[in-house]
Amino acid sequence: MTKKILTTPIKSEDLESLNVGDTVYLTGHLVTCRDVAHRRLIEQKRELPVDLKGGAIFHAGPIVRKKDDGKFEMVSIGPTTSMRMEKFEREFIKETGVKLIVGKGGMGPETTAGCQEHKAVHAIFPGGCAVLAATLVEEIERAEWQDLGMPETLWVNRVREFGPLIISIDTKGNNLIEQNKASFNAKKQPVIDRIKRQVGFIK
Amino acid sequence: MQRETEITALTDVMAKFTSYIGKRLPNDVKDKLAELRTFETNPLAKTIYMSMADNQDAADKLDRPSCQDTGVIQYFIKAGARFPLLGELEDILRNATLGATQMGPLRHNAVETFDEKNTGTNTGSKIPWLDWEIVPDDDSALIDVYMAGGGCTLPGKATVLMPGEGYEGVTDFVFDVITSRGVNACPPLLVGIGVSTSVETAARLSKRAILREVGSHNPNENAAKMEQLLEEGLNEIGIGPQGLTGKNSVMGVNIESSARHPSTIGVAVSTGCWAHRRGKIRINADLSYEIISHKGAVL
Repeated sequence: MTKKILTTPIKSEDLESLNVGDTVYLTGHLVTCRDVAHRRLIEQKRELPVDLKGGAIFHAGPIVRKKDDGKFEMVSIGPTTSMRMEKFEREFIKETGVKLIVGKGGMGPETTAGCQEHKAVHAIFPGGCAVLAATLVEEIERAEWQDLGMPETLWVNRVREFGPLIISIDTKGNNLIEQNKASFNAKKQPVIDRIKRQVGFIK
Repeated sequence: MQRETEITALTDVMAKFTSYIGKRLPNDVKDKLAELRTFETNPLAKTIYMSMADNQDAADKLDRPSCQDTGVIQYFIKAGARFPLLGELEDILRNATLGATQMGPLRHNAVETFDEKNTGTNTGSKIPWLDWEIVPDDDSALIDVYMAGGGCTLPGKATVLMPGEGYEGVTDFVFDVITSRGVNACPPLLVGIGVSTSVETAARLSKRAILREVGSHNPNENAAKMEQLLEEGLNEIGIGPQGLTGKNSVMGVNIESSARHPSTIGVAVSTGCWAHRRGKIRINADLSYEIISHKGAVL
Protein backbone atom coordinates (compact mmCIF):
# COMPACT_ATOMS: atom_id res chain seq x y z
CA MET A 1 0.00 0.00 0.00
CA THR A 2 1.46 3.35 -0.98
CA LYS A 3 1.43 6.23 1.46
CA LYS A 4 -1.17 8.89 0.73
CA ILE A 5 0.63 12.19 1.13
CA LEU A 6 -1.03 15.61 1.24
CA THR A 7 1.13 18.59 0.36
CA THR A 8 0.40 22.20 1.33
CA PRO A 9 -1.17 24.22 -0.22
CA ILE A 10 -3.97 21.63 -0.14
CA LYS A 11 -6.82 21.92 -2.68
CA SER A 12 -10.42 20.78 -2.22
CA GLU A 13 -9.89 18.14 -4.91
CA ASP A 14 -7.09 16.57 -2.83
CA LEU A 15 -9.59 15.90 -0.03
CA GLU A 16 -12.80 14.90 -1.78
CA SER A 17 -11.84 11.25 -2.23
CA LEU A 18 -10.81 10.84 1.43
CA ASN A 19 -13.06 8.91 3.82
CA VAL A 20 -13.09 8.68 7.60
CA GLY A 21 -10.63 6.03 8.76
CA ASP A 22 -8.17 6.70 5.90
CA THR A 23 -4.56 7.31 6.88
CA VAL A 24 -2.62 10.17 5.30
CA TYR A 25 0.68 11.98 5.83
CA LEU A 26 1.49 15.66 5.45
CA THR A 27 4.40 17.33 3.71
CA GLY A 28 4.74 21.11 3.78
CA HIS A 29 3.71 23.47 6.56
CA LEU A 30 1.89 22.62 9.77
CA VAL A 31 1.05 25.52 12.09
CA THR A 32 0.22 25.03 15.78
CA CYS A 33 -3.02 26.77 16.59
CA ARG A 34 -5.11 26.25 19.71
CA ASP A 35 -7.41 27.98 22.18
CA VAL A 36 -6.30 31.61 22.23
CA ALA A 37 -5.43 31.87 18.52
CA HIS A 38 -8.96 30.67 17.70
CA ARG A 39 -10.43 33.14 20.17
CA ARG A 40 -8.40 36.07 18.80
CA LEU A 41 -9.54 35.43 15.23
CA ILE A 42 -13.20 34.64 15.86
CA GLU A 43 -14.13 36.69 18.94
CA GLN A 44 -11.67 39.58 18.71
CA LYS A 45 -11.66 39.72 14.89
CA ARG A 46 -7.87 39.99 14.82
CA GLU A 47 -6.04 38.99 11.67
CA LEU A 48 -3.94 35.83 11.99
CA PRO A 49 -0.23 36.50 11.38
CA VAL A 50 -0.03 33.34 9.21
CA ASP A 51 -1.88 32.79 5.93
CA LEU A 52 -3.69 29.47 6.33
CA LYS A 53 -5.40 29.31 2.92
CA GLY A 54 -4.88 25.71 1.78
CA GLY A 55 -2.93 25.18 5.00
CA ALA A 56 -2.83 22.78 7.93
CA ILE A 57 -3.13 23.48 11.66
CA PHE A 58 -2.19 21.34 14.67
CA HIS A 59 -4.05 21.51 17.99
CA ALA A 60 -0.90 21.22 20.08
CA GLY A 61 1.14 22.97 22.75
CA PRO A 62 4.73 21.86 22.24
CA ILE A 63 7.95 21.95 24.26
CA VAL A 64 10.36 24.09 22.19
CA ARG A 65 14.02 24.82 22.93
CA LYS A 66 15.91 27.90 21.71
CA LYS A 67 19.27 26.87 20.34
CA ASP A 68 22.55 28.78 20.64
CA ASP A 69 22.24 30.06 17.04
CA GLY A 70 18.88 31.66 17.92
CA LYS A 71 16.83 29.08 16.02
CA PHE A 72 14.12 27.01 17.64
CA GLU A 73 14.23 23.24 18.09
CA MET A 74 11.08 21.13 18.42
CA VAL A 75 11.59 18.88 21.47
CA SER A 76 8.17 17.32 22.01
CA ILE A 77 4.86 18.02 20.25
CA GLY A 78 1.78 15.92 20.88
CA PRO A 79 -1.83 16.63 20.00
CA THR A 80 -4.18 18.16 22.55
CA THR A 81 -7.93 17.54 22.86
CA SER A 82 -9.52 18.98 19.70
CA MET A 83 -12.98 19.24 21.24
CA ARG A 84 -11.90 22.43 23.05
CA MET A 85 -11.82 24.22 19.69
CA GLU A 86 -15.30 22.98 18.64
CA LYS A 87 -16.86 26.31 19.59
CA PHE A 88 -14.75 28.20 17.01
CA GLU A 89 -13.73 25.74 14.32
CA ARG A 90 -16.59 26.07 11.82
CA GLU A 91 -16.09 29.84 11.64
CA PHE A 92 -12.30 29.40 11.70
CA ILE A 93 -12.42 27.17 8.61
CA LYS A 94 -14.60 29.70 6.82
CA GLU A 95 -12.39 32.68 7.72
CA THR A 96 -8.99 31.13 7.05
CA GLY A 97 -9.56 28.59 4.26
CA VAL A 98 -7.62 25.99 6.31
CA LYS A 99 -7.90 22.52 4.79
CA LEU A 100 -6.47 20.13 7.36
CA ILE A 101 -7.01 20.23 11.13
CA VAL A 102 -4.89 17.83 13.17
CA GLY A 103 -5.59 17.00 16.81
CA LYS A 104 -6.65 14.36 19.34
CA GLY A 105 -10.05 12.74 19.80
CA GLY A 106 -13.16 13.74 17.90
CA MET A 107 -14.86 17.04 17.22
CA GLY A 108 -18.56 17.85 17.15
CA PRO A 109 -21.38 18.66 14.71
CA GLU A 110 -20.29 22.27 14.10
CA THR A 111 -16.83 21.29 12.87
CA THR A 112 -18.37 18.45 10.85
CA ALA A 113 -20.66 21.00 9.15
CA GLY A 114 -17.74 23.38 8.55
CA CYS A 115 -15.69 20.61 6.95
CA GLN A 116 -18.56 19.73 4.64
CA GLU A 117 -19.33 23.33 3.65
CA HIS A 118 -15.74 24.35 2.92
CA LYS A 119 -14.15 21.00 1.94
CA ALA A 120 -11.80 20.52 4.86
CA VAL A 121 -10.92 17.49 7.04
CA HIS A 122 -10.07 16.78 10.68
CA ALA A 123 -7.44 14.12 11.38
CA ILE A 124 -6.16 12.41 14.52
CA PHE A 125 -2.47 12.08 15.29
CA PRO A 126 -1.96 9.34 17.92
CA GLY A 127 -1.96 10.87 21.41
CA GLY A 128 1.15 10.42 23.53
CA CYS A 129 3.45 10.11 20.50
CA ALA A 130 5.08 13.49 21.05
CA VAL A 131 8.71 12.60 20.34
CA LEU A 132 7.77 10.78 17.13
CA ALA A 133 5.96 13.95 16.03
CA ALA A 134 8.90 16.17 16.98
CA THR A 135 11.27 14.09 14.85
CA LEU A 136 9.01 14.66 11.81
CA VAL A 137 9.44 18.44 12.09
CA GLU A 138 12.30 19.43 9.79
CA GLU A 139 12.49 23.03 10.92
CA ILE A 140 10.57 25.67 12.81
CA GLU A 141 10.50 28.41 10.18
CA ARG A 142 8.65 31.10 12.09
CA ALA A 143 7.13 31.77 15.50
CA GLU A 144 4.20 34.22 15.57
CA TRP A 145 2.28 35.69 18.49
CA GLN A 146 5.04 34.73 20.89
CA ASP A 147 3.34 36.95 23.49
CA LEU A 148 1.00 33.98 24.07
CA GLY A 149 3.78 31.88 25.61
CA MET A 150 5.25 28.59 24.47
CA PRO A 151 2.10 26.44 24.29
CA GLU A 152 -0.03 29.01 22.43
CA THR A 153 2.52 30.53 20.04
CA LEU A 154 1.81 29.85 16.36
CA TRP A 155 4.80 27.68 15.50
CA VAL A 156 5.18 27.38 11.73
CA ASN A 157 6.70 23.95 11.21
CA ARG A 158 8.06 22.56 7.97
CA VAL A 159 7.23 18.85 8.08
CA ARG A 160 7.93 15.87 5.89
CA GLU A 161 5.54 12.91 5.78
CA PHE A 162 4.08 13.93 9.12
CA GLY A 163 1.74 11.22 10.41
CA PRO A 164 0.01 8.88 10.67
CA LEU A 165 -2.98 11.18 10.37
CA ILE A 166 -6.28 9.31 10.64
CA ILE A 167 -9.16 11.13 8.96
CA SER A 168 -11.86 11.49 11.62
CA ILE A 169 -14.10 14.02 9.84
CA ASP A 170 -14.24 13.93 6.04
CA THR A 171 -15.71 16.37 3.50
CA LYS A 172 -18.96 14.39 3.24
CA GLY A 173 -20.29 14.94 6.75
CA ASN A 174 -18.97 11.72 8.30
CA ASN A 175 -17.58 11.77 11.86
CA LEU A 176 -15.58 8.67 12.83
CA ILE A 177 -15.44 9.17 16.60
CA GLU A 178 -19.20 9.82 16.79
CA GLN A 179 -19.79 6.63 14.79
CA ASN A 180 -17.45 4.69 17.08
CA LYS A 181 -19.12 5.98 20.24
CA ALA A 182 -22.53 4.90 18.92
CA SER A 183 -21.15 1.44 18.19
CA PHE A 184 -19.55 1.12 21.67
CA ASN A 185 -22.85 2.10 23.30
CA ALA A 186 -24.79 -0.39 21.16
CA LYS A 187 -22.45 -3.24 22.16
CA LYS A 188 -22.33 -2.32 25.83
CA GLN A 189 -25.67 -3.41 27.32
CA PRO A 190 -25.61 -7.17 26.57
CA VAL A 191 -22.06 -7.33 27.97
CA ILE A 192 -23.08 -5.50 31.15
CA ASP A 193 -26.13 -7.73 31.62
CA ARG A 194 -23.98 -10.86 31.31
CA ILE A 195 -21.46 -9.62 33.88
CA LYS A 196 -24.20 -8.60 36.30
CA ARG A 197 -25.51 -12.18 36.40
CA GLN A 198 -22.12 -13.29 37.73
CA VAL A 199 -21.42 -10.67 40.41
CA GLY A 200 -24.30 -11.20 42.83
CA PHE A 201 -21.87 -11.34 45.75
CA ILE A 202 -24.41 -9.83 48.19
CA LYS A 203 -26.67 -12.71 49.12
CA MET B 1 27.09 16.74 57.90
CA GLN B 2 26.81 13.03 57.23
CA ARG B 3 23.04 13.41 57.27
CA GLU B 4 23.13 16.29 54.78
CA THR B 5 25.21 14.20 52.38
CA GLU B 6 22.64 11.44 52.65
CA ILE B 7 19.78 13.82 51.98
CA THR B 8 21.52 15.23 48.90
CA ALA B 9 22.28 11.73 47.61
CA LEU B 10 18.69 10.50 47.99
CA THR B 11 17.29 13.71 46.44
CA ASP B 12 19.53 13.16 43.44
CA VAL B 13 18.42 9.52 43.04
CA MET B 14 14.74 10.45 43.25
CA ALA B 15 15.12 13.39 40.82
CA LYS B 16 16.85 11.14 38.29
CA PHE B 17 14.30 8.37 38.77
CA THR B 18 11.37 10.80 38.38
CA SER B 19 12.85 12.15 35.15
CA TYR B 20 13.67 8.63 33.94
CA ILE B 21 10.13 7.29 34.18
CA GLY B 22 8.84 10.11 31.93
CA LYS B 23 10.98 8.75 29.13
CA ARG B 24 10.61 4.97 29.45
CA LEU B 25 7.58 2.84 30.26
CA PRO B 26 7.72 0.19 33.01
CA ASN B 27 8.30 -3.42 31.91
CA ASP B 28 4.75 -4.64 32.57
CA VAL B 29 3.17 -1.86 30.46
CA LYS B 30 5.70 -2.25 27.66
CA ASP B 31 5.13 -6.02 27.52
CA LYS B 32 1.34 -5.65 27.56
CA LEU B 33 1.36 -3.12 24.70
CA ALA B 34 3.56 -5.44 22.65
CA GLU B 35 1.13 -8.30 23.33
CA LEU B 36 -2.00 -6.27 22.47
CA ARG B 37 -0.36 -5.17 19.23
CA THR B 38 -0.03 -8.78 18.05
CA PHE B 39 -3.81 -9.37 18.41
CA GLU B 40 -4.78 -6.56 16.06
CA THR B 41 -5.77 -7.42 12.52
CA ASN B 42 -7.15 -4.10 11.30
CA PRO B 43 -4.48 -1.94 9.65
CA LEU B 44 -5.49 1.25 11.50
CA ALA B 45 -5.05 -0.28 14.97
CA LYS B 46 -1.75 -1.85 13.86
CA THR B 47 -0.52 1.52 12.57
CA ILE B 48 -1.27 3.19 15.89
CA TYR B 49 0.47 0.50 17.95
CA MET B 50 3.43 0.88 15.59
CA SER B 51 3.51 4.65 16.17
CA MET B 52 3.45 4.10 19.94
CA ALA B 53 6.42 1.72 19.73
CA ASP B 54 8.33 4.09 17.41
CA ASN B 55 7.63 6.96 19.81
CA GLN B 56 8.99 5.06 22.82
CA ASP B 57 12.13 4.11 20.86
CA ALA B 58 12.67 7.73 19.84
CA ALA B 59 12.12 8.99 23.41
CA ASP B 60 14.69 6.49 24.71
CA LYS B 61 17.30 7.30 22.05
CA LEU B 62 16.85 11.08 22.20
CA ASP B 63 16.43 11.07 26.00
CA ARG B 64 13.22 13.13 25.90
CA PRO B 65 9.88 12.84 27.74
CA SER B 66 7.83 10.43 25.62
CA CYS B 67 4.65 12.50 25.97
CA GLN B 68 4.64 16.29 26.21
CA ASP B 69 2.25 16.10 29.18
CA THR B 70 4.51 14.97 32.00
CA GLY B 71 1.67 15.38 34.48
CA VAL B 72 1.42 16.39 38.09
CA ILE B 73 3.99 14.39 40.07
CA GLN B 74 2.61 12.05 42.72
CA TYR B 75 4.57 9.83 45.12
CA PHE B 76 2.99 6.84 46.88
CA ILE B 77 5.18 5.87 49.81
CA LYS B 78 5.26 2.71 51.91
CA ALA B 79 7.87 3.64 54.46
CA GLY B 80 9.23 1.52 57.25
CA ALA B 81 8.79 3.16 60.67
CA ARG B 82 12.56 2.88 61.12
CA PHE B 83 13.55 4.30 57.68
CA PRO B 84 16.43 6.64 58.59
CA LEU B 85 15.22 9.66 56.52
CA LEU B 86 11.51 9.26 57.30
CA GLY B 87 11.11 12.82 58.57
CA GLU B 88 13.13 14.28 55.69
CA LEU B 89 11.35 12.39 52.91
CA GLU B 90 8.74 15.06 52.18
CA ASP B 91 11.38 17.74 51.54
CA ILE B 92 13.52 15.28 49.61
CA LEU B 93 10.66 14.42 47.21
CA ARG B 94 9.73 18.06 46.73
CA ASN B 95 13.31 18.88 45.79
CA ALA B 96 13.44 15.77 43.59
CA THR B 97 10.47 17.14 41.65
CA LEU B 98 12.26 20.47 41.17
CA GLY B 99 15.35 18.60 39.98
CA ALA B 100 13.42 16.37 37.59
CA THR B 101 11.68 19.42 36.11
CA GLN B 102 15.09 20.75 35.07
CA MET B 103 16.52 17.40 34.01
CA GLY B 104 13.57 16.08 31.96
CA PRO B 105 12.75 18.77 31.08
CA LEU B 106 9.22 18.33 32.43
CA ARG B 107 6.37 20.57 31.32
CA HIS B 108 5.19 23.02 33.98
CA ASN B 109 1.95 21.52 35.23
CA ALA B 110 1.34 22.93 38.72
CA VAL B 111 -1.28 25.68 38.73
CA GLU B 112 -2.15 27.16 42.14
CA THR B 113 -5.91 26.84 42.51
CA PHE B 114 -7.88 30.04 43.21
CA ASP B 115 -4.78 32.14 42.46
CA GLU B 116 -4.83 30.40 39.04
CA LYS B 117 -1.12 30.91 38.44
CA ASN B 118 1.28 28.33 37.07
CA THR B 119 4.14 28.08 39.57
CA GLY B 120 6.55 27.12 36.77
CA THR B 121 8.29 24.57 38.99
CA ASN B 122 5.89 21.59 39.17
CA THR B 123 5.69 22.25 42.90
CA GLY B 124 2.94 24.07 44.74
CA SER B 125 0.56 23.67 47.67
CA LYS B 126 0.64 19.95 48.51
CA ILE B 127 2.24 19.24 45.12
CA PRO B 128 4.04 16.92 44.50
CA TRP B 129 1.20 14.91 46.07
CA LEU B 130 2.36 12.42 48.71
CA ASP B 131 0.42 9.36 49.84
CA TRP B 132 1.78 7.64 52.95
CA GLU B 133 1.63 4.19 54.47
CA ILE B 134 3.86 3.38 57.43
CA VAL B 135 5.11 -0.19 57.80
CA PRO B 136 6.01 -1.24 61.38
CA ASP B 137 9.33 -3.00 62.03
CA ASP B 138 10.86 -2.10 58.68
CA ASP B 139 13.73 0.21 57.78
CA SER B 140 13.33 0.58 53.99
CA ALA B 141 11.01 2.70 51.84
CA LEU B 142 9.09 1.56 48.78
CA ILE B 143 8.18 4.53 46.58
CA ASP B 144 5.89 4.61 43.54
CA VAL B 145 6.29 7.67 41.31
CA TYR B 146 3.39 8.53 39.03
CA MET B 147 3.01 11.23 36.36
CA ALA B 148 -0.68 12.11 36.47
CA GLY B 149 -1.26 13.57 33.01
CA GLY B 150 -4.35 15.62 32.15
CA GLY B 151 -5.83 13.20 29.62
CA CYS B 152 -5.68 10.12 31.83
CA THR B 153 -6.82 12.00 34.95
CA LEU B 154 -9.97 13.47 33.34
CA PRO B 155 -12.10 10.27 33.35
CA GLY B 156 -11.67 9.85 37.14
CA LYS B 157 -14.95 9.52 39.01
CA ALA B 158 -16.19 8.38 42.43
CA THR B 159 -19.59 7.85 44.00
CA VAL B 160 -21.35 6.05 46.83
CA LEU B 161 -23.91 3.42 45.87
CA MET B 162 -26.70 2.02 48.01
CA PRO B 163 -26.13 -1.61 48.95
CA GLY B 164 -29.21 -2.59 46.93
CA GLU B 165 -27.31 -1.57 43.79
CA GLY B 166 -24.64 -4.10 44.70
CA TYR B 167 -21.71 -5.15 42.52
CA GLU B 168 -24.14 -4.93 39.62
CA GLY B 169 -24.17 -1.16 40.24
CA VAL B 170 -20.37 -1.17 40.34
CA THR B 171 -20.42 -2.81 36.89
CA ASP B 172 -22.73 -0.11 35.48
CA PHE B 173 -20.56 2.64 36.97
CA VAL B 174 -17.32 1.28 35.50
CA PHE B 175 -18.77 0.77 32.01
CA ASP B 176 -20.30 4.23 32.01
CA VAL B 177 -17.01 5.92 32.92
CA ILE B 178 -14.93 3.98 30.41
CA THR B 179 -17.27 4.20 27.41
CA SER B 180 -18.10 7.88 27.88
CA ARG B 181 -14.97 9.50 29.28
CA GLY B 182 -12.33 6.83 28.72
CA VAL B 183 -12.49 6.95 24.92
CA ASN B 184 -10.56 10.25 24.73
CA ALA B 185 -8.04 9.32 27.45
CA CYS B 186 -5.55 7.57 25.13
CA PRO B 187 -6.66 3.92 25.35
CA PRO B 188 -5.79 1.08 25.80
CA LEU B 189 -6.24 2.08 29.45
CA LEU B 190 -5.26 0.47 32.70
CA VAL B 191 -8.48 0.67 34.72
CA GLY B 192 -8.20 1.02 38.49
CA ILE B 193 -11.27 0.43 40.64
CA GLY B 194 -11.64 1.08 44.35
CA VAL B 195 -14.50 -0.68 46.14
CA SER B 196 -14.75 0.65 49.65
CA THR B 197 -16.87 2.60 52.11
CA SER B 198 -16.89 6.26 50.98
CA VAL B 199 -15.77 8.45 48.07
CA GLU B 200 -12.29 9.33 49.30
CA THR B 201 -11.36 5.82 50.43
CA ALA B 202 -12.58 4.36 47.13
CA ALA B 203 -10.77 7.06 45.13
CA ARG B 204 -7.46 6.46 46.92
CA LEU B 205 -7.73 2.71 46.40
CA SER B 206 -8.58 3.17 42.71
CA LYS B 207 -5.33 5.09 42.25
CA ARG B 208 -3.41 2.45 44.19
CA ALA B 209 -4.99 -0.10 41.84
CA ILE B 210 -3.34 1.43 38.74
CA LEU B 211 0.01 1.32 40.53
CA ARG B 212 -0.34 -2.47 40.73
CA GLU B 213 1.27 -4.42 37.90
CA VAL B 214 -0.64 -5.09 34.71
CA GLY B 215 -1.68 -8.76 34.84
CA SER B 216 -1.62 -9.02 38.64
CA HIS B 217 -4.74 -10.17 40.47
CA ASN B 218 -6.57 -9.20 43.63
CA PRO B 219 -5.99 -11.96 46.24
CA ASN B 220 -9.73 -12.18 46.99
CA GLU B 221 -11.38 -14.75 44.73
CA ASN B 222 -14.53 -12.72 44.01
CA ALA B 223 -12.58 -9.51 43.39
CA ALA B 224 -10.25 -11.36 41.02
CA LYS B 225 -13.26 -12.82 39.21
CA MET B 226 -14.73 -9.34 38.82
CA GLU B 227 -11.40 -8.03 37.48
CA GLN B 228 -11.45 -10.72 34.83
CA LEU B 229 -15.13 -10.25 33.91
CA LEU B 230 -14.73 -6.48 33.55
CA GLU B 231 -11.54 -6.82 31.53
CA GLU B 232 -13.11 -9.31 29.13
CA GLY B 233 -16.32 -7.28 28.94
CA LEU B 234 -14.61 -3.97 28.23
CA ASN B 235 -12.39 -5.63 25.64
CA GLU B 236 -15.47 -7.03 23.91
CA ILE B 237 -16.64 -3.47 23.22
CA GLY B 238 -13.46 -3.00 21.17
CA ILE B 239 -12.53 0.62 21.89
CA GLY B 240 -9.07 -0.05 20.46
CA PRO B 241 -6.00 2.20 20.53
CA GLN B 242 -6.99 5.92 20.66
CA GLY B 243 -10.68 4.97 20.56
CA LEU B 244 -10.37 4.10 16.88
CA THR B 245 -11.71 0.54 17.48
CA GLY B 246 -9.73 -2.67 17.75
CA LYS B 247 -9.63 -6.10 19.38
CA ASN B 248 -9.19 -4.69 22.89
CA SER B 249 -10.05 -1.68 25.05
CA VAL B 250 -7.87 -2.02 28.12
CA MET B 251 -4.46 -3.17 29.32
CA GLY B 252 -6.21 -4.59 32.36
CA VAL B 253 -8.60 -4.01 35.24
CA ASN B 254 -7.19 -3.87 38.79
CA ILE B 255 -9.46 -3.72 41.84
CA GLU B 256 -8.39 -2.70 45.34
CA SER B 257 -10.84 -2.85 48.21
CA SER B 258 -11.45 -2.34 51.92
CA ALA B 259 -14.22 -3.26 54.31
CA ARG B 260 -17.28 -0.99 54.06
CA HIS B 261 -20.18 0.33 56.08
CA PRO B 262 -23.14 -2.06 55.70
CA SER B 263 -25.21 0.81 54.26
CA THR B 264 -22.74 2.04 51.60
CA ILE B 265 -20.66 0.90 48.66
CA GLY B 266 -18.05 3.51 47.79
CA VAL B 267 -16.78 3.03 44.25
CA ALA B 268 -14.22 4.94 42.21
CA VAL B 269 -12.45 4.63 38.87
CA SER B 270 -8.98 5.93 38.00
CA THR B 271 -7.46 5.37 34.59
CA GLY B 272 -3.92 5.14 33.29
CA CYS B 273 -3.35 5.94 29.59
CA TRP B 274 -1.32 3.65 27.30
CA ALA B 275 1.71 5.79 28.14
CA HIS B 276 1.30 4.81 31.81
CA ARG B 277 4.34 6.47 33.32
CA ARG B 278 5.01 5.11 36.75
CA GLY B 279 8.01 3.64 38.53
CA LYS B 280 8.67 1.63 41.66
CA ILE B 281 11.91 1.95 43.63
CA ARG B 282 13.02 0.48 46.97
CA ILE B 283 15.37 2.56 49.10
CA ASN B 284 17.22 0.56 51.73
CA ALA B 285 18.31 1.81 55.15
CA ASP B 286 21.88 2.35 53.89
CA LEU B 287 20.32 4.35 50.98
CA SER B 288 21.30 1.79 48.37
CA TYR B 289 18.39 1.30 46.00
CA GLU B 290 16.73 -1.21 43.74
CA ILE B 291 14.58 -0.20 40.75
CA ILE B 292 11.71 -2.68 40.56
CA SER B 293 9.57 -1.36 37.68
CA HIS B 294 12.26 -0.91 35.01
CA LYS B 295 14.67 -3.84 34.75
CA GLY B 296 18.26 -2.85 34.03
CA ALA B 297 17.58 0.88 34.44
CA VAL B 298 20.65 3.02 34.98
CA LEU B 299 20.07 6.44 36.53
